[in-house]
Amino acid sequence: MTVFDQIRALASDLFAISPDKLSVSSSPETVDAWDSVQHLNLVLAVEEKFHLQLSPEEIEQMKTIGDIVKIVEGKLQTAPS
Amino acid sequence: MNSENKSLNLRADVDRLIANGAVQLASGCMAELWREEAGLSVAPFLVSRFEQLRGKVTLTPYRLAVLRSFTLEPAIPLVRAEAFVKGIDLSAQLGDFNAYAQDILDADSSLYRFSPDAVILAARTPELAPDLWNQFADLSPDAVSAAIQRVVNSFAQWIRIFRERSSAALILHSLELQPHPHNGILDAQRENGQAAAIHQINRELRRIAGEHRSVYILDYDGLMARHGRLRWNDQRKWLLARMPIAADNLLHLSREWLRFLVPLSGKTAKVAIVDLDNTLWCGIIGEDGMNGIKLGPEYPGAAYQNLQRALLDLTRRGILLAICSKNNPEDAMEALTHHPGMVLKPKDFAAMRINWGDKAQNLREIANELNLGTDSLAFIDDNPFEREQIRKVLPEVTIIDLPANPMEYASALRDCPVFERLALSSEDKQRTVMYAEQQERAQVEHTFENKEDFFRYLEQEAEVAPVSSATLARVAQLTQKTNQFNLTTRRYTEQQIQEMSGRSGWQVLSISVRDRFGDHGLVGVAIAHDQGESCEIDTFLLSCRVIGRTVESALLSQLAEHASSKGCKRLLGWFFPTKKNAPARDFYPQHGFELTEQSPEGSLWSFDLTKQQIAAPKWVRVTKPAAV
Repeated sequence: MTVFDQIRALASDLFAISPDKLSVSSSPETVDAWDSVQHLNLVLAVEEKFHLQLSPEEIEQMKTIGDIVKIVEGKLQTAPS
Repeated sequence: MNSENKSLNLRADVDRLIANGAVQLASGCMAELWREEAGLSVAPFLVSRFEQLRGKVTLTPYRLAVLRSFTLEPAIPLVRAEAFVKGIDLSAQLGDFNAYAQDILDADSSLYRFSPDAVILAARTPELAPDLWNQFADLSPDAVSAAIQRVVNSFAQWIRIFRERSSAALILHSLELQPHPHNGILDAQRENGQAAAIHQINRELRRIAGEHRSVYILDYDGLMARHGRLRWNDQRKWLLARMPIAADNLLHLSREWLRFLVPLSGKTAKVAIVDLDNTLWCGIIGEDGMNGIKLGPEYPGAAYQNLQRALLDLTRRGILLAICSKNNPEDAMEALTHHPGMVLKPKDFAAMRINWGDKAQNLREIANELNLGTDSLAFIDDNPFEREQIRKVLPEVTIIDLPANPMEYASALRDCPVFERLALSSEDKQRTVMYAEQQERAQVEHTFENKEDFFRYLEQEAEVAPVSSATLARVAQLTQKTNQFNLTTRRYTEQQIQEMSGRSGWQVLSISVRDRFGDHGLVGVAIAHDQGESCEIDTFLLSCRVIGRTVESALLSQLAEHASSKGCKRLLGWFFPTKKNAPARDFYPQHGFELTEQSPEGSLWSFDLTKQQIAAPKWVRVTKPAAV
């Protein structure tokens, strides 16, 4: 599973919508269930799933699914293991 | 990657099984998924799938409201998933951010409209006592006392008002200590330091909670300390989202909540069934012998002594112990009786099955012998294969998954919410003794040709009395956990019982039974209310300990007598069938009641008080308390 697939699966569980309704450009503007509470839930689920900590600056930049994928991929590459 | 695949497979299995209608297997799979990777990312998946199983598997509905002073939204799917896995269909409502006081004080708030079964008040020291938390070093002793008093008074008011408006159980988080006291090491030298001030608030909280029914303290500071005070909070999430608790600790918090919700919703285990080899001691008695097994104060025997100590502690809470072990009985009994390292003694066990037979069958026999359902059993075995077998054959049994490291056995047991009790009655403390008496009774019973002769020999004495402050806790406890001889299976809190007993026209009676072998204690409850010419039985239940001893007839006769004396012409009672209450099914027809209504939920029975009487059995001497 790619990072995108995994993040899409998390978002799909959280927002209770089918994964094929989510794309890299999905955002709180395009997904009804994606409110501030669900945004926090998504951040926490991503941190748990990929065993990483996101900084407030990174969380600030996460406007779309694609943004989240990019940031997570960047952190996974620099991570020691 | 392996665990990733396992998780994906389990998820696919769950959806496939649900689609095929194999709901039991699906819920087993969901429980496995939760064991594998309980956490924030899997919780929403589990909650949504459990919601699809509603009505198809047995789940106990329960309503929880959480009032809070900080962000707790992510904990809600966790506590719901954790509850679902334990058989509780938990509906949860979260109060508005930092609006806990308004929620309690406003009689019209969403809190009361939600009509919760339990309410958690999660407020933290920084919000409740910002002066004690932030500026302690600046405060004079008088200012400290004033701050303590202010917080305590607020709690006293909130609890009092909450109790006037709701009979739900109330669970209060205790206040947390500063990890770094603001006066440094001086704080520990002073009687009125920062830590002492918080401790004093917590002490007062316990006192106030004790003055009310069904108000409990959750030791939040103790929970933090157990998981490491410095690792409990996450400053970044606090600044980002006003969520102080680190994300991976939210699971610990929701599990702490479950320690209250499990006993509140009646999902407790009544018997802990233990294996012997490599569970109660290190080694295999049949191979290693008395001198070969390790059990004592040194490594590795100490780990097993710790587990035994934890098991012994359970008996003090009224939980029975039993043994289920594949062994030669002589070898096992030799170790149980004579090994110097044994903390537990044979008399601590209410039942034993030491043989080479199938463990599931042995568990069924133990449940039978103790007159309990198999869902009252918890199974403790070091062997994952045996655990898996029981899980498959008897999914209703609670399986304690002992960790790989024996040093962690005792804490795994102490962590388990099915052994939690909210209050202890004198019955609980004496339960093991009572079961020993029960075994004597059973042996004697065989020597009698007919039941009546045995009943006469028993010399049973039953005291029927209205509920009092001394018996309130036990009466509520019986409504919460009696499953078999229970005609309506209505669960009540102490608070609700107290309210009912105070209502005009309502009767809450208890029955205590004693015989020549010993005291059964308070074993039955009947609740009834007059409605003009009819008296309706709201609740009628009997502890499994005395089923088949005819004392239920004595209790019913008292109820009928009372209804007659109030001028009622009919005694009415519903029977609501459940999976477990077959023993109570024929109770009304056996006592001359006639069926008057049949609905999908149950049957309504009626007894004409003007034409007949219900007599107490001749061999039960019924007494009433001295002054009523």
